[in-house]
Amino acid sequence: MRRLHFHPCGNYKERYAEHLCLFETDFGRMWAIIGLIALFGVVPLASSPYLLYVINMTGIAAIAALGLNILVGFTGQISLGHGAFFGVGAYAGAILATRLGLPFWLSVPAAGLVTAGVGMIFGIPSGRLKGLYLTIATLAGQFIIEYILVHWEGLTKGTMGIMLPSASLFGWAVNTDRRFFLVIFACLVGLTLVASNLMRTRYGRAFIAIRDNDRAAEGMGIPIFGYKLLSFAVSSFYAGFAGALWAYYMRSISTEPFNLGLSVEYIAMVIIGGLGSIPGSIFGAVFITGLNEILRFLTDAMMNMSALSGFGLNMASLREFAFGLAIVLFILFEPKGIAELWRIVRSTFRLWPFSY
Amino acid sequence: MEFFLQLLINGLSIGLLYGLSALGFVMIFKASSVLNFAHGQLLAMGAFFFLVLVSWLKIPIVVAFLITLAGSFVLGFAVERIFLRPLIGESLIFVIMLTVGLASMFKGLLLFFFGGNLQTYPDFLPAGLALQIGTIYVPPVYVASSLLGGVFLLLFGLFFKYSPQGIFMRSVADNQTAAMSLGVHVKKVFALSWAIAALVAGMSGIVLGIINGINVHEISSIGLKVFPVVILGGLDSIGGAIIGGIIIGLLETFTSGYISPSLRDVIPYIVLVVILLIKPYGLFGLVEIERV
Repeated sequence: MRRLHFHPCGNYKERYAEHLCLFETDFGRMWAIIGLIALFGVVPLASSPYLLYVINMTGIAAIAALGLNILVGFTGQISLGHGAFFGVGAYAGAILATRLGLPFWLSVPAAGLVTAGVGMIFGIPSGRLKGLYLTIATLAGQFIIEYILVHWEGLTKGTMGIMLPSASLFGWAVNTDRRFFLVIFACLVGLTLVASNLMRTRYGRAFIAIRDNDRAAEGMGIPIFGYKLLSFAVSSFYAGFAGALWAYYMRSISTEPFNLGLSVEYIAMVIIGGLGSIPGSIFGAVFITGLNEILRFLTDAMMNMSALSGFGLNMASLREFAFGLAIVLFILFEPKGIAELWRIVRSTFRLWPFSY
Repeated sequence: MEFFLQLLINGLSIGLLYGLSALGFVMIFKASSVLNFAHGQLLAMGAFFFLVLVSWLKIPIVVAFLITLAGSFVLGFAVERIFLRPLIGESLIFVIMLTVGLASMFKGLLLFFFGGNLQTYPDFLPAGLALQIGTIYVPPVYVASSLLGGVFLLLFGLFFKYSPQGIFMRSVADNQTAAMSLGVHVKKVFALSWAIAALVAGMSGIVLGIINGINVHEISSIGLKVFPVVILGGLDSIGGAIIGGIIIGLLETFTSGYISPSLRDVIPYIVLVVILLIKPYGLFGLVEIERV
């Protein structure tokens, strides 16, 4: 049996492959496996239906946030249209399921592919624009997609919304929160693996090169436009995949949720979680979804107390305030996000008691 | 023909409003290259401050107007000082997201204090301001806002052209490093440009409030309309903001008049994408796009 890997006391890496490995130590691998077993074995059984619903929403948000992090954190292209892409995925999934009668397992990835195509169309401006001009272009994309979703009534039924058939995987009906949990988190784990492996390939390294210095990347022979489009496509695929899962989970969709606010929420997840960090996207999704739920809970609690009900009504608006405040505080005090906090905590434990 | 003229007048007045709203935005961008997503909320802050002074405290209009301008000035200064100064030199996404977070904070606060309903100022404009051109009636608010807009444009034109602070601001916009080495206090200029921009935004907010009534959601969405306007006019051109505003205003009213009212809200963004693809620096912007 080969020797277990622990943290070395220096940098003894000799090959690039050692730098690129997913788990630095065997402990990391072990904890990951224990975590996965706990996730799939304990969480769905131990949580109440409401908590499970929140966890499922977190999982879906995490998939979309992963995609956005590939685009923003790894490729450096800011997109304010991710919420719209999520909507495109939801509608693509719903339309594929109702019009073409595609089964669940096929329509979700197909919706991802459709969204990837749409994402590439809206990524075309990135060929000529960068930085804030690209941001504004994606902002315009957000509004244009929203308009199309509402007004292309032949396809999307406009404001009527679409009802979806219930999901089933090869005869196994996915109709409870618990079953959805298994599907959503299996997808999340799979897509997280894909994303972290993608970042180890030439494509991922090209993305990072473009983010760090696009001119140098071009000079080293990376076809920038192609890779930017690819990044838009991958990111939109994730958004579309998450959107289609969401549509199946909700069973009925309408155009309202996919507005600029949703896009901002995704960007907030990526920033608060940690730009350019795969676990960061998941932390961010957990944080933002959790924050939303806590604030909603507080608001409801205040509404129910008779003395505070008038105040509680106003609290609803303070949710927006708290959300903005969280973004601002993270940017001002911990711009690298929760991923960095997590790293600090871990290394404190590892190095204790001699923290140098 | 009459329909056309009415649309033309409407478009011009709405466009002028967009132009006025965009003024402050351009000013911030010009001096500190910050895309301010909280601009709509700055407009709303001014409008609501004026509402409190006029309707609740019953302060005379002119005094209230001046107090609002002063308050907005202080607000802009504080925002720059507290939130944006620590981010000088940080990468673009943090600055953009900070203004997005600020927008959300301001919006939450305004909703908390004033709710989401439409509120209006007491009617204080003299009816004699109304214009009758042939068969077309121009209500007094539009005349007043055009006058106000014109006066402010003139004042700012003079300010940027002749006053030392205005020249400092232009120099920082032109080349930050060079300005610094020549002894311009760049941080002061940033603070001042935010303060002045907030002042302009407060003024525009009041005008918006007089014309449409004040509603947090409505004014916030106008804050986003600013983007097509400034891209069309050129991100760093003050005259361009006005002309871009008027073009977008005309485009909106003609689209809703002749093609379809529902297209009205999205046509500016379609134009925005087309312009970004064809002429990203806009009509009057400084050409410095690099293509990689």
